Amino acid sequence: MKKKFFHNEERTFFFTDHAVPILFLIIVAAGIPLSGYSASYLIQEMLLRLSRDSFLVLSLLVPIMAGMGLNFGIVLGSMAGQIGLIFITDWGIAGIPGLFIAAVLGTPVAVLLGYLCGKVLNKARGKEMVSSYILGFFINGLYQFVGLYMMGKIIPIIKPEILISRGYGIRNAVSLVGIRGALDKFLDLKIMGVAIPVTTYLVIVLFCIFIVWIKNTKLGQDMRAVGQNISVAELSGINVNRTRTISIIISTVLASYGQIIFLQNLGTMNTYTSHEMAGVFSIAALLVGGATVAKASLVNVFLGVALFHMLFIISPMAGKRLIGSAQLGEYFRVFVSYGVISMALVLHAVKARAQNARQRIQMRTEINAEVGEAE
Amino acid sequence: MEKMRRILLKFIDEAGWPRIIIGFFLFSLFAIAPFVGVRIDTSLKDVFVRVGMNGVMVLAMVPMIRSGCGLNFGLPVGVIAGLLGALICLQFEIVGMTGLFTAMIISIPFSVIFGYFYASIINRVKGAEMMIATYIGFSVVALMCIGWMLLPFTNPIMVWGFSGEGLRTTISVQGYYQDVLSDILSFRIGEHFYFPTGMFLFLGVCCVGIQLFFKSRTGLAMTAVGKNPDFARASTVNVDRMRTHSVILSTALGAIGIIMYQQSFGFIQLYMGPFYMAFPAVAAILLGGASLKNATITHVLVGTFLFQGIVTMAPSVINSMMESDMSEIIRIVVSNGMILYALTRKELYRR
Amino acid sequence: MENTVPLLCFENIEKEFFGNKVLNNVSFSVNAGEIVGLVGENGAGKSTLMNILFSNSVIGSTGGYKGRVLLNGTEVSFESPVEALDAGIGMVHQEFSLIPGFSATENIVLNRETLKYNFMVELFGDRMNKLDKSDMRKRALSAINKLGVGISPETPVSEMSVGQKQFTEIAREIENSETKLLILDEPTAVLTESEAETLINSLRNLAFHGVGIIFISHRLREVVELCDRIIVLRDGNVIRDIPSKTTNVQQIAEWMVGRQIEGMAALSDLKENRQVSLSIKNLWVDMPGEILKGLSIDVNEGEILGVGGLAGQGKLAISNGIMGIFSAEGDVKFEGKPFRLNDTKYAMEQGFAFVSEDRRGLGLLLEERVHLNIVFAALQSKGWFLKHYLGGAISQLDEDKALACAKEYIDLLNIRCTGPKQKLIELSGGNQQKVCLAKAFTCKPKVLFVSEPTRGIDIGAKRMVLDALKDYNKYNNTTIVMISSELEELRSICDRIAIVNEGKVAGILSPYAEAKEFGLLMS
Repeated sequence: MKKKFFHNEERTFFFTDHAVPILFLIIVAAGIPLSGYSASYLIQEMLLRLSRDSFLVLSLLVPIMAGMGLNFGIVLGSMAGQIGLIFITDWGIAGIPGLFIAAVLGTPVAVLLGYLCGKVLNKARGKEMVSSYILGFFINGLYQFVGLYMMGKIIPIIKPEILISRGYGIRNAVSLVGIRGALDKFLDLKIMGVAIPVTTYLVIVLFCIFIVWIKNTKLGQDMRAVGQNISVAELSGINVNRTRTISIIISTVLASYGQIIFLQNLGTMNTYTSHEMAGVFSIAALLVGGATVAKASLVNVFLGVALFHMLFIISPMAGKRLIGSAQLGEYFRVFVSYGVISMALVLHAVKARAQNARQRIQMRTEINAEVGEAE
Repeated sequence: MEKMRRILLKFIDEAGWPRIIIGFFLFSLFAIAPFVGVRIDTSLKDVFVRVGMNGVMVLAMVPMIRSGCGLNFGLPVGVIAGLLGALICLQFEIVGMTGLFTAMIISIPFSVIFGYFYASIINRVKGAEMMIATYIGFSVVALMCIGWMLLPFTNPIMVWGFSGEGLRTTISVQGYYQDVLSDILSFRIGEHFYFPTGMFLFLGVCCVGIQLFFKSRTGLAMTAVGKNPDFARASTVNVDRMRTHSVILSTALGAIGIIMYQQSFGFIQLYMGPFYMAFPAVAAILLGGASLKNATITHVLVGTFLFQGIVTMAPSVINSMMESDMSEIIRIVVSNGMILYALTRKELYRR
Repeated sequence: MENTVPLLCFENIEKEFFGNKVLNNVSFSVNAGEIVGLVGENGAGKSTLMNILFSNSVIGSTGGYKGRVLLNGTEVSFESPVEALDAGIGMVHQEFSLIPGFSATENIVLNRETLKYNFMVELFGDRMNKLDKSDMRKRALSAINKLGVGISPETPVSEMSVGQKQFTEIAREIENSETKLLILDEPTAVLTESEAETLINSLRNLAFHGVGIIFISHRLREVVELCDRIIVLRDGNVIRDIPSKTTNVQQIAEWMVGRQIEGMAALSDLKENRQVSLSIKNLWVDMPGEILKGLSIDVNEGEILGVGGLAGQGKLAISNGIMGIFSAEGDVKFEGKPFRLNDTKYAMEQGFAFVSEDRRGLGLLLEERVHLNIVFAALQSKGWFLKHYLGGAISQLDEDKALACAKEYIDLLNIRCTGPKQKLIELSGGNQQKVCLAKAFTCKPKVLFVSEPTRGIDIGAKRMVLDALKDYNKYNNTTIVMISSELEELRSICDRIAIVNEGKVAGILSPYAEAKEFGLLMS
C-alpha cells in the first residue's frame, strides 16, 4: 500500500498564536521593577489611561469585523471631534453640555468623512490598510488648510484668543479648560487614594454593550459575512460595498467621540497634532492586546491599552536606570511600538497564506483517505 | 480634427487626470511667478537641484514595483544603509569625491545585508507587502535611533560635544563632500541660475544602468515575476529569488540616493530624519505615471520633476501672494493625494 | 408522475462564442420531482447552458443566446443570477460558497435570517433588526434532516469535513422554501463513497417531495443509479435523451466521446521498434482536481503519444508533474538515467518543454509583446537570445535574434498579428495558443508535452496546430506527449493513445481502435 503522499500537519502553539501580547507582557514585566514606580502610582496611571484611551481603540473593532482590517482612518474621526471642540470652546459652552454639543457638531462631519473613507476603501479593495493610512495624511492636509486658512476668515470665530495673531487660523494649542475633566469628574470615586472617573467608564461600558449588540443584528451578521468572504456574501445578495461603508462610518463617528473623551481628560488640544498619533497608537495598543487584522475582541482592547500604555509610563525611568539614559528608554519604546505592529502584521499575513494552503491540502487528504480505504 | 480629438483623449486616458491637473497647475505657477515677484531662474534652479537630489531615491522604487512587491514604503531601510556608509566615511575623514564614492561603496554591503532580511519578510507576506514595508521601515528607523546613540563614532563633528556620547541629530558634510558631485561641469547663468550638471550626469548613469539591467536576463526575469509569477515559475525563474534581488537593488539605490541627497542638502539627518522619507519618493513615481505594478525610467524622471516642481513652486508663489506659509500643506495634499489615486485605480489586466 | 407542464424547459438553445458554436439546438425539459442527469465532456456545453439559465454576465457580454428558457411554461429571461435564485432555481457549485467562520446554521440561512423587530429600526433602518437565533437553528435543522445527514447546526464550517461542507451547501439551497429546481454541478466529486450514497438518497427524497433536479456529473455510475433520465451532450448537441433504465455506463461513455470522423487527415503510420525514452513508474501528482495516484507508462522515443480521458481523472497532471509545476513523487527515468522531479529548471535543461493547458494563467505574459513571449522560456532556462558583455558578466536581450525567431514561427504557424512586436493581449485566443506552441518549439525540446493544444481555437486553426505538431515530430524526431480531451484529434496524429482514469492508466489503444473501446476505458 502506497504510503500517504499528502501531508497534513496542523501544529499551532499557544505561543505563536498569542506571540505579541506574551512578548509585550514579558517586556513590561521586566520593565516595571526597573522603573521603580510604586504599585499605587502605576495603578492610578493605568486607570486614568484606560478611561482616556479605550474609546478610540474600541472604534477600531467594527471595521475589523467587516474585513476592512486596521482602520487608520479613525484619525478622520479624531479631526471631526476636534472641530466640534473648537466650536464649543469658541462659543464658551462648558461642562457636560459642552461635550455633548461638541459630539453633536462633530457627528455629521465624522459621518461625511467616514463615508468618503468608505468609498475610497471600497475602490482600493485588498489594499484597505495602506489606503486608510494615506487617506489619513491626505485629510490631515485638508484639515490643516481649514484650520489655518478658513477658520476666522470664511468660518466665523468669535473669540480672538484662539486665533493666531495674524487674525485668522486657529492657534497651535487651544485650552479646553471649560470642559476639562467634565466627564471624568462628573461622578468620581476615590478608593484607597486612587481616583476613578466613573462616568467615563460608564460611557465606555455603554459602547461596549453597543458593539456587542451590533453583532447580533442583521447588520452585524452581514458585516461578519462580508468580513470573511466577500464573494460568497455578494453571491447571497448582501450589498457588500454598502455594508463596508457603514462599518467605516460607525468607526469614524466613534473615533470622534473617542477623541473628545481623550481631550477632555488632557485639558488642552494641540490643534494640528493631537490627532496624528490617534491612529497609530490605538492600532498599536489593539495589536498588543492580541488582536489581529482579521479578529479583535473587547479583551484585546482593554488588555492592549493597559500593556501599551504601561510601557509608555515605565520606559523613560527604566531606560534611565538600566542604561543611564531616559532618551534611550524613549527610543526603545518607539521601537517596540512599531516593531509590535510589524510583527503582528507579518504573523497575520503568514498565517493567512498558510491557512489557504492547509485548506487545499485538507481537501486532498480527504480524498486520499478514500483511496486508502479502497486499497 | 477628429483625429486630434482621439489623440487627445488617448493621452488623457493614459496620463490620467491627476497628472494632467498637476502638470497644468505647475505650468500656471511658472506663468504667474514673475507677476508675484518670484524669479523664474531662481525657481528653476531650485527645481533642478531638487530633482537631482531626489532622483535616485525615486529610481529606487522601480525594481520593487516591477517585481510585484508594490511601492517600497520601506525605503528607510536603504536610507539607513546609506547613512552608515556616510558616517563611516566621515569617521575616517575621507573628503571630496573620494569620500562621496567611498560612502556609496561602503553602504552597498549594508544594503545587501539589510535588503536580504527585508526581502525574507516581504517574500513571506505576498499580498500585504506595502503595509508591512511601512512598518519595517519605521521599526528600523526607531531601532537605529538607539543605534545612533550607542555606536562608537568619535569624530568630534559627529558626536555631541559635552558628553561625547551619541551622534548628533544633524551633521554637516561641509568640508567633506558637499556639492562635490553637483559642481562637476556645473554652470551658472547670470546671478541666480545654477545647474548641477554633475548630479544629473550621475542620475543619468544610474538610469541607464537600471534600463540596461531590465534588459538583461535577470531583469527580464524580474519583470516577468511582477507581471505573472506563475508564468515566470513555468519558465524556470525562481520567483522568491527575483523578489529578493529586487528588494536588495531598491535598498542599494536608496542608500546611494540618500548620499546624493546629502551632498546637495549639506547635512546628514539621523534619528527620526529618515522616518517619512519613503513618501515623497512614492508620490513622485506615481505622479510620473507608474502604477502599483508598472514603473519605467520615464516615470521616474517625469514624476520627480513634477513633484519637486510643485513642492518648490507652489509654496513660493502662494506665499508671495498670500504672505503665509502653505508649503507643508501643499506637500501633504499633493503627495498623499497622488498615492491615493494610484491605490484606488483598477488594475488593467484581469486574468 | 404525469405533469402536463414541465418545470423547466430549454427550447432550441443556441450559443456562439466569437464564432465558435458552443450550443446547437439544445432542447430538453425537466419535470417537477424528476431527476435528470446531464453528462458530457468538458467543453460539451454544460457550463454554458447553466450560465444561460442563470443569465451570468458572460452570456450577455458575448452576444446573448438564441432559443427560449421556460419555467413552468412561461418564458423567462433573468437580468441577473439573483433573479434566477428568487424564481426558485438553486445551484450547488463545485467551489463551495460558504462562510468559513460561520456555523452551519448561519450559512444555511445566509441573508435570509429570521429577524426580530426592535425600535432602532425606526432610527437606522431595517438592518438593525435582531437575529432570531433559535428560529434560525430550527430552520437549519429541518433542512439538514431533509437531507438525512448528521451535521450539528452549531459546527463552524471551517471545522467540517469536505463532505459536510458539501451537504451544508445543499442544505442552504433546499432550506430556501422557494426552491423548485435544484442544479448540482459535480456534487460528489469531493465526497467519500458513503457520503455520496447519503447524498443520492437525500436527492431521491427531495425529488419525492416535488423538487426537480439536474444532476451534472462525470461519475457515470452514480448518474445511472440516481437519475430518471439522462441527457448526453457532445459538442453542443443533445446526442441522447433517454430514460436511465434503458442504458448503461459503457454506452453513455461511448456516446460522450464518439464522433463522426469528418475529413480528418489520414491516420499516421505506426512506427515500429522504438526505444523507450521516458519511463514513468508509480507517479503521484498533487494537482487540485486532477490527482494522479501511481500512474505508470513508457514513452517511446520519437513517437506521438496521446493521453485521453475524462476531465478530473488525472491526465492533465502528467505534464504538470514531470515539469515540476505541481508537486510530484515517483520513479522516473529519462534516457536510462534517473530523472529529478519537482524541478522545472532541471526538466527544461534535460530537453523537456511544455505547453500548459492553463494558457492565460501561466502560459503567457499578456502585457508583453509576441517576440518576448516566444523566446522567454528558452532565454531563462538555457540563456539563449542573449548578448554578453564584459566577459559574460552582463547580459542583454538580443532583440534582433528574438524578432527573427518570432517571425519564423509567425510564418510557420500562421499567427495572425500585426508583427512580432504586437502586444499579446490584442491577439485572439487561437493565435495566443499558437504563440504558446512557438514558445515551446523555440526551446528545441527532445520531449514536448502539449496539453489541450486546440482548446478554444477555431476549426481551421485546429488543423494547422495539429499539422504543426505532426511535422515537428517528423522532422526533428521530437517525442511528443499530447494530452487532450478531444479523442478525434488524438486519433488523427498519435501513434498510441493512453487513457487515464481515476489517476492511473486504464489502457493503451491504437488510434485505429473503435470509439467503444475508448469509452470502456474511460468509464
